[in-house]
Amino acid sequence: MTETVGLIPLFPLLGFLVLVLAPLVVRQEMPAGLVASIGVGSVGIAALLSLALLFTVFIGNPAASIQVTGWTWMATGGLSLGFNFHVDWLTQVMLLVITGVGFLIHLYSAGYMRGDAGYRRYFAYLNLFVCAMLLLVLADNLVLLYLGWEGVGLCSYLLIGFWYRNPENGAAARKAFVVTRVGDTAMALGLFLLFREFATLDIASLNTSAGSAGDSYLLTLAALLLLGGAVGKSAQVPLQTWLPDAMAGPTPVSALIHAATMVTAGVYLVARMHPLFAVSDTAMLAVGWVGALTLLIAGFSALVQTDIKRVLAYSTISQIGYMFLALGVGAWSGAIFHLMTHAFFKALLFLAAGSVILSLHHEQDISAMGGLRRKIPLTFACFAVGSACLAALPFTSGFYSKDQILLQAWEVSDGFNLLWLAGIIGALVTGIYSFRLLFLVFFGDEGRASAHCGDANSRVMSIPLVALALLALGGGLLAPPLQDVFPTAEGGHPSMLIEAVAIAMPLLGILVAWTMFSRGQRAEAPITPVERFLFSGWGFDWLYDRLLVKPLVTLANINRNDIVDAAYRGSASLSRQLHLLASQTQNGQVRWYMASLVGGSILFLAILVAL
Amino acid sequence: MTLAAIIAVLFLGGVAAWLVERYRPGASRWATLASLVVSLVLLAQLWASATPGSAHHWWQSLEVAWIPRFGISFFLAVDGLGFLMLALTLFMGLFGLVMTWSDIRFRRGFFYFNYLWTLAGVVGVFTALDLFLFFFFWEVMLIPMLMLIAVWGHEERTFAAIKFFIFTQASSLLMLIAIVALVYIHFNASGQVTFNYLELLDAQLSPVSAWWLMLGFFVAFAVKLPAVPLHTWLPDAHTQAPTAGSILLAAILLKTGAYGLLRFTLPLFPDASIQFAPVAMAIGAISVVYGAILAFAQRDMKRLVAYSSVSHMGFVLLGLYALNTVAIQGAVMQMVAHGLSTAALFAIVGALQHRLHTRNMEQMGGLWTELPRLSAIALFFAVASLGLPGLGNFVAEFLVLLGSFGVDHWITAFAALGMVGAALYALAMMQRAFFGESRRTTTAADQKGLVDLDLRETLAMLVLAAFLVFLGLRPQPVFDTAAPAIARSLAPVTAVEAAVTSNSTDRPTTAANWPAATHRGETP
Repeated sequence: MTETVGLIPLFPLLGFLVLVLAPLVVRQEMPAGLVASIGVGSVGIAALLSLALLFTVFIGNPAASIQVTGWTWMATGGLSLGFNFHVDWLTQVMLLVITGVGFLIHLYSAGYMRGDAGYRRYFAYLNLFVCAMLLLVLADNLVLLYLGWEGVGLCSYLLIGFWYRNPENGAAARKAFVVTRVGDTAMALGLFLLFREFATLDIASLNTSAGSAGDSYLLTLAALLLLGGAVGKSAQVPLQTWLPDAMAGPTPVSALIHAATMVTAGVYLVARMHPLFAVSDTAMLAVGWVGALTLLIAGFSALVQTDIKRVLAYSTISQIGYMFLALGVGAWSGAIFHLMTHAFFKALLFLAAGSVILSLHHEQDISAMGGLRRKIPLTFACFAVGSACLAALPFTSGFYSKDQILLQAWEVSDGFNLLWLAGIIGALVTGIYSFRLLFLVFFGDEGRASAHCGDANSRVMSIPLVALALLALGGGLLAPPLQDVFPTAEGGHPSMLIEAVAIAMPLLGILVAWTMFSRGQRAEAPITPVERFLFSGWGFDWLYDRLLVKPLVTLANINRNDIVDAAYRGSASLSRQLHLLASQTQNGQVRWYMASLVGGSILFLAILVAL
Repeated sequence: MTLAAIIAVLFLGGVAAWLVERYRPGASRWATLASLVVSLVLLAQLWASATPGSAHHWWQSLEVAWIPRFGISFFLAVDGLGFLMLALTLFMGLFGLVMTWSDIRFRRGFFYFNYLWTLAGVVGVFTALDLFLFFFFWEVMLIPMLMLIAVWGHEERTFAAIKFFIFTQASSLLMLIAIVALVYIHFNASGQVTFNYLELLDAQLSPVSAWWLMLGFFVAFAVKLPAVPLHTWLPDAHTQAPTAGSILLAAILLKTGAYGLLRFTLPLFPDASIQFAPVAMAIGAISVVYGAILAFAQRDMKRLVAYSSVSHMGFVLLGLYALNTVAIQGAVMQMVAHGLSTAALFAIVGALQHRLHTRNMEQMGGLWTELPRLSAIALFFAVASLGLPGLGNFVAEFLVLLGSFGVDHWITAFAALGMVGAALYALAMMQRAFFGESRRTTTAADQKGLVDLDLRETLAMLVLAAFLVFLGLRPQPVFDTAAPAIARSLAPVTAVEAAVTSNSTDRPTTAANWPAATHRGETP
């Protein structure tokens, strides 16, 4: 079975290559059906291979791990990196999420994107993304992980700007790439530091060395630098600003990249390097607080958004905040479990939102929606399931994973603490915004766009929706056995009261949403200063624009002609001036020559005498 | 013998190209193609017959007395580093020819004469082991390059050509003085006049004279590289040169500076180089960031690519002066990878200028719709340029930063900002030229629509792309090829460092009081 691991990322790569290089061989454009079969099929095969791996090696065997040796990548002067894969249960979970959810989203895309002029380009990018994402989770050293890490960033850039004619999409795409690159640069520095300290970049040996080295400020620094990368990729505070804008891409892209897989790469990185983080209390605290702040900031912003996709984007940021909170309190398994269930229900929500948008002929403003539940019942059912999971109603998958996180947050300091409080408030806010969205879109009176709503779900779109809905409902039963990958937290038992609070908060949130939004209210553009502040994502964009973007662009533009060159141009023009001055003396007038001859002689004599 | 044959084929091919054009218009291109192919075959033969890892460091050498009275000989030799550079030179020469097959409309014979003579000069620079011969070839490659810019360049070609000439000529004068002084000092000490590199490696120099001679070499190579603040000839020369000339400049000529630093400056003046290393690393890091910021601000696409070269070559300088194997391997890889990616970008700008008659990105926009193939290829090389892992440029920049981080983490961290800068300018280029809506003012000539890359151009580009992917995923053969040469250049440096550490009890660290430091002759 081990040989086939290498084939999992290979098939999406082949799909990409075929789709890109085909026009060199065949003159006319490939038929859409063929494009879709290649694009969807390659990921489908990867999904089947991942399932086969699960059933032959991993199921019932929590301690299983596979090492696949590829080839020597870089070996020079003390550095030795291989193109090698490592699979354990953590990787296996990620493989299933990426290929499984990825396959469903590809299938949905085949219907959603039909008729688009860039159909082939779309599937090429999407296949390349899956390949890069698989490399990210399969890598056995940090540099190979970084390869996948940047690769998914590139695909994210390409797909956000997929409809390239609109300059706003291009701006959003570049913002996403550059902001994450800031984080990536921090991560690269973390790699350099780790290599300097441990002379290796293999994940397993790093984790062993870090675990035995004990806390030191250099290890803390290295962990924080890696966290910088994770924060950028996973859109956490302070680098979260790119994700809401990233909604400019096609909706299935938002589902796959900006909800289910890529944005959770940061969670995977921290979980993968957990021994390194665990030795440093400062780093753990930083991870936890990043999560807590992010989940609150993004959750409150989600309350006032008027674009259906932006609500979901802020909710994604907020939910990943929960995962970081979980990592910060040492609930490693809880974080990965929530990553998995979130991939199910958030992909479901995005795809359902995509169906809404398509049914309303590309309307995304929720103030134009309302009363859609009778017009598109399947979409409504799926959206309702997704919202219930998002709010973590009991017996949905979101409940099980989030509950685990909140309990662990409570236990981490044996009782009440601020991280837990943030999680509980977040649960309330999540309940409110998720059902606000559901009520505003599907209940109440018909909105301006609802009148000409036609159900856009074709069969290739309905099947993934139903499959994801089932996964989202039943995902709570699929808790992966990660006890051999992560140290298990010592289990205290919080009181029933704490449990009750965790269950009550989402219900309370739904109640609030019901009273405020269920009777035909319209989503309104933000009016009060507080609303506008929340709407703008707490002014981060404004701040960065003033603080970084504007000064840098201004400075660059001022210096467009290169101030250094001014020195050379100056010396050139000086010598030209001197040349002109000197050539003045050659004016062809004998009087002038005589006078200067006499004057020069006198001067010369005078100098002689003076000396 | 093969080396001399390659140089002869290029020189004679140039003369032949000039002559045959008189009898048959267009034949000069075929003569050029033939001589490049023959040279590549000869080089392949050299590679096949080489036995890396054997006792002989040099794969092949040829030494013939030239001016025996002054100890000058026609001394050519090639090792792994030289081979990589030769392969890059000839291959990119071929690429430039293929990409600009129908660009040159007048004085074609003379154009290809200059083209081949530049290449011949560069091949000589990469193989000469006699300092006089090295200087000879150093000048040989300049004059034909000057002609390429001055005769076939764009609107401000004369200005750019003169600027190029003054910068390179003034700096190579410094190198000439340094060479003569080095030979003279060696003569005083040993009573023997020689320009032989291998013998001069053992020259006994006082710290002060070593310092000044090192600076003389360094400035000449830093201008070529180019390093901030000696870089300002480059944007003008690259922008004004014809496409083939820009390809030669970017892919090959810049590398002679880096090669010279590695081959000559470091091993000839190890103490002085160690003392100078922090300064050189800082200059490298500043070049990386400054070049990136300037590239971001440009509107002329060719100037953008030119400034990106300043940024990329900054990595080379940083890596070379980190003085360890990892970083120098990265620098050598950057020389190759930058040669490929930047040449491709210049070819793309050339192809666009050919079609749109402008390089101004404010008059482009939305080209993806009309030129999907060219745009996709541009995207690939832009992404290579911003250092995407999986492509050669990433391997290079990663190793440079990894190797220099252990030496000076602040300088390295500053240089790492170049990664963000590269993303800014590469994506800005994509956005302004290829995405968005078209801002072109259509003239009557444009009505028939733009023609995408043809099969010849596409294949040439794809070969380059394949090489970059190969370098990104399997760079090990390049490391193995370059490793012995790097070890040899580093050996004197590590010897000095070892001596310093072993004597460190009675010798204070020298970093604070340069240039008064260890003397090479004192080392055991």
